Amino acid sequence: MKRREFIKLSSLLSAGAVASPGFLLGGCAAKPLPGTGKVTTTPTICDMCFWKCAGTVYKEDDELWKITGNVDDLHCGGRLCTRGTGGPGAYLDPDRLKTPLMRKTIDGRQLFVEVSWDEALDFVAGKMKSIAEKHGPEKLLMLNHGAGSSHFRHLLRAYGSDSHAEPAFAQCRGPRDVGFNLTVGESASSPERTDMAHARCIVLIGSHIGENLHNGQVQTLTEALNSGATLITVDPRFSVPAGKSKHWLPIRPGTDLALLLSWMHVLIEEDLYDRDYVERYTFGLEQLREHVRSYTPEWVYLETGIKPGVIRETAREMAKAAPATVVHPGRHATWYGDDTQRSRAVAMLNVLLGSWNRKGGFYKPEKVKLPDYPLPEYPKPKLRTRDAYPGKWPFAPQGVTNGVIEASVGEDAFFKGWLVYGTNLPQTIPNITNTLEAAANSLELVVVVETMPSEMTGYADVILPECTYLERYDELRNSGERHPSLALRMPAFEPKYDSKPGWWIAKQLGHRLGLHKYFPWEDFSEKLDWQLRQVGSSLEEMQKIGVKNFPRKTPMYFHEGEPVRFRTPSRKIELYSQQLADKGFDPMPVYTPPEPVPRGFYRLNYGRMPAHTFGKTTNNPLLYQLAPENQIWVNPLVASEWQLENGDYVRLGSPNGVVSNRVRVRVTERIGPDSVFMAHGFGHRSKRLRLTAGVGADDSSLMHNIKVDPIMGGTGMRANFVTFVKEGEAGAAS
Amino acid sequence: MTRYAMVIDTKTCIGCGDCVVACKTENKVPDGLNRDWIVELTRGTYPRLETEFRSERCNHCSNPTCVTLCPTGASHLWNQTNIVLVDADKCTGCKACIAACPYDARLVMHPDGYVDKCTFCHHRVEQGLDPACVSSCPTRCMHFGSLDDPGSSVSELLQTRKYKVLNPETGNEPNVYYLT
Amino acid sequence: MKEELLVTARSNELIDPGLHIWTWEVAMYLFLGGLTAGIMIFAAYVTLARKDDEAPFAATQLALLAPIALSLGMTTLFLDLEHKLFVFRFYTAFEPTSPMSWGAWILLLIYPVTTLQILATLRRGFPVVVPYVDRWSIPRAVIDWCENHRRQIALVAVPSGIALGIYTGILLSAFSARPFWNSGVLGPLFLISGLSTAAALVALVSREKREKEMFTRLDLVLISAELALVGLFLISLATGTAKHIEALQSITGGPYTMVFWVLFVGIGLLVPLLLEMLEMRGVGKSLALLAPVLVLIGGYALRQVMIDVGQDSTWTRYPSQYSAEMLERMEPN
Ligand SMILES: Nc1nc2c(c(=O)[nH]1)N[C@H]1C(S)=C(S)[C@@H](COP(=O)(O)OP(=O)(O)OC[C@H]3O[C@@H](n4cnc5c(=O)[nH]c(N)nc54)[C@H](O)[C@@H]3O)O[C@H]1N2
Ligand SMILES: Nc1nc2c(c(=O)[nH]1)N[C@H]1C(S)=C(S)[C@@H](COP(=O)(O)OP(=O)(O)OC[C@H]3O[C@@H](n4cnc5c(=O)[nH]c(N)nc54)[C@H](O)[C@@H]3O)O[C@H]1N2
Ligand code: SF4
Ligand code: SF4
Ligand code: SF4
Ligand code: SF4
Ligand code: SF4
Ligand SMILES: [Mo]
Repeated sequence: MKRREFIKLSSLLSAGAVASPGFLLGGCAAKPLPGTGKVTTTPTICDMCFWKCAGTVYKEDDELWKITGNVDDLHCGGRLCTRGTGGPGAYLDPDRLKTPLMRKTIDGRQLFVEVSWDEALDFVAGKMKSIAEKHGPEKLLMLNHGAGSSHFRHLLRAYGSDSHAEPAFAQCRGPRDVGFNLTVGESASSPERTDMAHARCIVLIGSHIGENLHNGQVQTLTEALNSGATLITVDPRFSVPAGKSKHWLPIRPGTDLALLLSWMHVLIEEDLYDRDYVERYTFGLEQLREHVRSYTPEWVYLETGIKPGVIRETAREMAKAAPATVVHPGRHATWYGDDTQRSRAVAMLNVLLGSWNRKGGFYKPEKVKLPDYPLPEYPKPKLRTRDAYPGKWPFAPQGVTNGVIEASVGEDAFFKGWLVYGTNLPQTIPNITNTLEAAANSLELVVVVETMPSEMTGYADVILPECTYLERYDELRNSGERHPSLALRMPAFEPKYDSKPGWWIAKQLGHRLGLHKYFPWEDFSEKLDWQLRQVGSSLEEMQKIGVKNFPRKTPMYFHEGEPVRFRTPSRKIELYSQQLADKGFDPMPVYTPPEPVPRGFYRLNYGRMPAHTFGKTTNNPLLYQLAPENQIWVNPLVASEWQLENGDYVRLGSPNGVVSNRVRVRVTERIGPDSVFMAHGFGHRSKRLRLTAGVGADDSSLMHNIKVDPIMGGTGMRANFVTFVKEGEAGAAS
Repeated sequence: MTRYAMVIDTKTCIGCGDCVVACKTENKVPDGLNRDWIVELTRGTYPRLETEFRSERCNHCSNPTCVTLCPTGASHLWNQTNIVLVDADKCTGCKACIAACPYDARLVMHPDGYVDKCTFCHHRVEQGLDPACVSSCPTRCMHFGSLDDPGSSVSELLQTRKYKVLNPETGNEPNVYYLT
Repeated sequence: MKEELLVTARSNELIDPGLHIWTWEVAMYLFLGGLTAGIMIFAAYVTLARKDDEAPFAATQLALLAPIALSLGMTTLFLDLEHKLFVFRFYTAFEPTSPMSWGAWILLLIYPVTTLQILATLRRGFPVVVPYVDRWSIPRAVIDWCENHRRQIALVAVPSGIALGIYTGILLSAFSARPFWNSGVLGPLFLISGLSTAAALVALVSREKREKEMFTRLDLVLISAELALVGLFLISLATGTAKHIEALQSITGGPYTMVFWVLFVGIGLLVPLLLEMLEMRGVGKSLALLAPVLVLIGGYALRQVMIDVGQDSTWTRYPSQYSAEMLERMEPN
């Protein structure tokens, strides 16, 4: 028998009677007016996604009432997005993990058994010790995402391992940040340092802001629209921002790099670029001029389907508004495998427009100088994460999830144990299920720290139930921003059920590993209070105000003619990249046409829906009610060809025979005839997510053709194709 | 009598549904029921398209047929304004008002059975606050105020921008306006 | 292509995907209300027209059926209420703009009037009760008074009956929000239909040959009038706004075509009309019972069709991006 069978958490021993998801939010008898009871408030930082908006939790008669934006928070403009407003659902979800669970084999069957915290923690600490002794601590890997990760990163570094990877790199921002680093020596950072609020022209390449609901992005984009900025959206799908744009460029998928090069061609040919900026700050203009000469709008039209006239006109509009022009760097950039180069082209285009670190282009983020709590040095790890895949992806500055997962398969695998925090790998890493099962089978320890019975928990030896963000302290928010500020997340409630805060779990493990000196605090708030006092505040003050704004100490933009030393080898902005050339990559982005769509198949396009954050909110009772399922968008021509009607349910099939859940058809002109579109995050398999289990289709499992970026290891996900499998025909599959 | 109005800018509304969730939490609307909702309207053929998002709710009509046809006075106007409320203790659940509303803006509270609806958050308006949906909207495309006050944001927007109401042919004279 | 849809899942009970607030309870109430009106009017008519010997049943016994039919109707109406404990609220207010409020109060008026009608012919209609009622002085006095004022009572009964019959139609036509109901013809149509069903009832129950014939003849006239009004009703929709025409389509090719034309117009009006004509010519006596039964069925069918189609006709209809079953998962299991 496999060491680990994937356990759909339905097979939970002593499942016990479970409360119904219905009738949340306090019954429905004729109610007194809201807010007439005893109202109390607590500050929080929203954790419904990773944007970290500061909010205020309202309780009425000690019942959770609502969560709103903290009016003092410039980062969220005092408002939460749909998901943040739906935060109460995360706390109230009756399907939450309730107690620690351990995989046990009971008469031949593997089951999760409810255990005490002591039993669970002793087991994990014991395994961690033996891994450190047998293989060295670096062989314990952390896969993580989200605010609470810091507690466990701290634990592992104290334990001696700096091995870690998060999907926010190789499945998300990696190529963008590497591309910008290679070019301007800095990343576009998160939150994105786009100065859209002051922009007069904004170019979105993909970036479906509005469906992508990153609050600050939505708000600053709207500000720009209200003040009459020109919006140019490049997207094969009629996205929400496309509908708000002066120019929508319905580009042929995968040809963006050609368009970007052609725009640069126009700017240089027509002498529309920012001469002073480019001469002062950049290296390689002449090489670039040569390089883009062949990318004429006429030629690029044949690739992209964007008319030469439109390419020229939009380039001129960008130049007219420059430097107050943002060519948005995007965020989820792992598309076609040449993503670092595409992102570099975006950076270069911004440079030609002189918008990097100029008003209305990009600003220079500033943090609060917040001292670390005095703790002993971490031990120096002998191995780094990259040693797990030697020679690969030279420009990856941090762990590559897909790389480390592969390095966990087999008896002689590099990694021997995993601590997984806040990431649902089966849905997050495309086409990973088999590798994941193989890895899980060879690893000596898989610990999953979760709030929900996600698919990932099915691979665990031990599941540690963390309480939600509304029930705990985490690190202070101190993001690089337009306006430096600190924000506090504190418990509004005692942890529900037998769940615990991440900091507590980490500390308990630390003590069991004899790492007391790294966890000197009784309660995590002591650490926060100490830090706050170093900057003239205190926990007490923050518990009242939630957000404290600090004055900026450095200018937000370059001032005219300011001499700048960029963090690149040449100390200049590198239009031509010697570093890339030295490692055998193109020193300037070269366009390669995308794979054609096979006959009878359609390009699998995917993205966000405003109501949900990936798969982590689809079981949230409030947000489920808003958007219970995802749809497959089908162009009317395709629909009639397949005799599909609005509201029909179909399954999708990939060329390698994977068949999806049934998914509802939406026949719409908003998608072209060559593609279909769905929101990511549905098609959950974990039966204990009772609302969302089996609802909608999962894009990840349909992805079979992953284009890994040789420069940094990102998993390009947009070269995947699907066809329709009508209900009934799907019998055998799924 | 004060005439309150909501003005929603379809040019910036992104259909995110924050207003819908904010209403549910603020007003503790039971599971499965909604006082407001989002409609998406798409016209044209790929790639020549236009889309409009509308956040809809009770229009607090100047000619509220739901009130005129309520047999018990349960449906009434909140102290000399156009804000239409239902008094649960007067409501028989006869559903005449539901049939009387051309905008399907009313709902039956389960399990109780009295009729409920958008209240324009009068409990907030009383305190000088915007309705919950309005103050949640991340794009700030929703505006609320009195049409009697020429200086109010709603009055100004209606003076300076093109707008429409839903199905004016109903004769109900809605007070939720959509900037187009 | 024009695509207009709900992108947030809305599934308000009784309202989504289409309005379905009223079902058979209300249809039955409207039917019985109309029937009651008809009964009162005919009971009064034979009195005023001095047709006691020609129509003994209608003259002396029919009235008793009025409060019975009405009470049944009010029962089904009560069954429809969602907030039943608060039913008394109909009588803590009078809302002049609400036909339903008028209706509530009219119903109260009907009981005393029909009681008087019954009493006025109690002794002749139901001789068995004579020894009991005449034993005491007060009932004796009351009944004497009624018998002496039979015509005056009838003169009150006619307008009360008309009010009741018309109101059941106006109740619906007042809903401007439902284009299909939004026609002035509905009041008269429901009144005539009520009379026709009452006539049929008499033709059905009466044992007196002449009486049967008299009411069959009356019914012929009424059915023809009803057909004319149905025509007017269709025209008034056809000449209305786009929404009215859209509403009309649901019975001209749309989902309700069969029910309306076959069940109501065909079986409920034309077939009985034919049968009754034959009957008048002395043909098909064997079917004598069938015609009135069909008329009664038709009378109910009219209300049911009106309720269904009316609710289905609307100014705003948005299909949803989500399937309704999804939200059923929310419901407590
Ligand atoms: N509501 C909500 N918002 C979120 C999130 C969420 O889960 N929910 N997640 C957040 C996170 S972590 C991220 S990374 C971001 C991701 O959000 P974005 O960074 O905006 O993601 P993208 O992949 O850039 O944009 C998706 C768009 O790209 C279009 N597209 C597809 N193929 C092509 C192509 O070949 N060329 C071009 N030009 N466009 C193409 C799609 O049609 C779609 O409209 O969203 C963030 N915001
Ligand atoms: N096919 C496909 N794959 C993608 C994407 C896509 O669009 N399509 N998007 C990519 C992008 S841009 C990103 S950023 C990644 C995101 O990938 P992930 O970060 O893995 O996002 P989720 O799938 O939401 O998984 C988050 C998990 O954390 C759990 N969780 C939530 N809150 C807490 C908490 O407070 N504590 C703990 N311990 N756990 C918590 C949730 O229950 C959920 O299981 O996905 C990437 N993968
Ligand atoms: S963007 Fe929305 S979900 Fe993300 S943190 Fe802010 S409010 Fe929360
Ligand atoms: S919250 Fe604002 S932007 Fe979002 S749907 Fe509602 S009105 Fe539109
Ligand atoms: S929208 Fe409907 S419920 Fe609201 S006032 Fe108008 S008629 Fe009444
Ligand atoms: S249901 Fe209630 S509010 Fe509506 S009409 Fe009847 S009594 Fe009035
Ligand atoms: S005004 Fe208040 S009640 Fe009405 S929709 Fe907005 S939040 Fe809900
Ligand atoms: Mo991401």
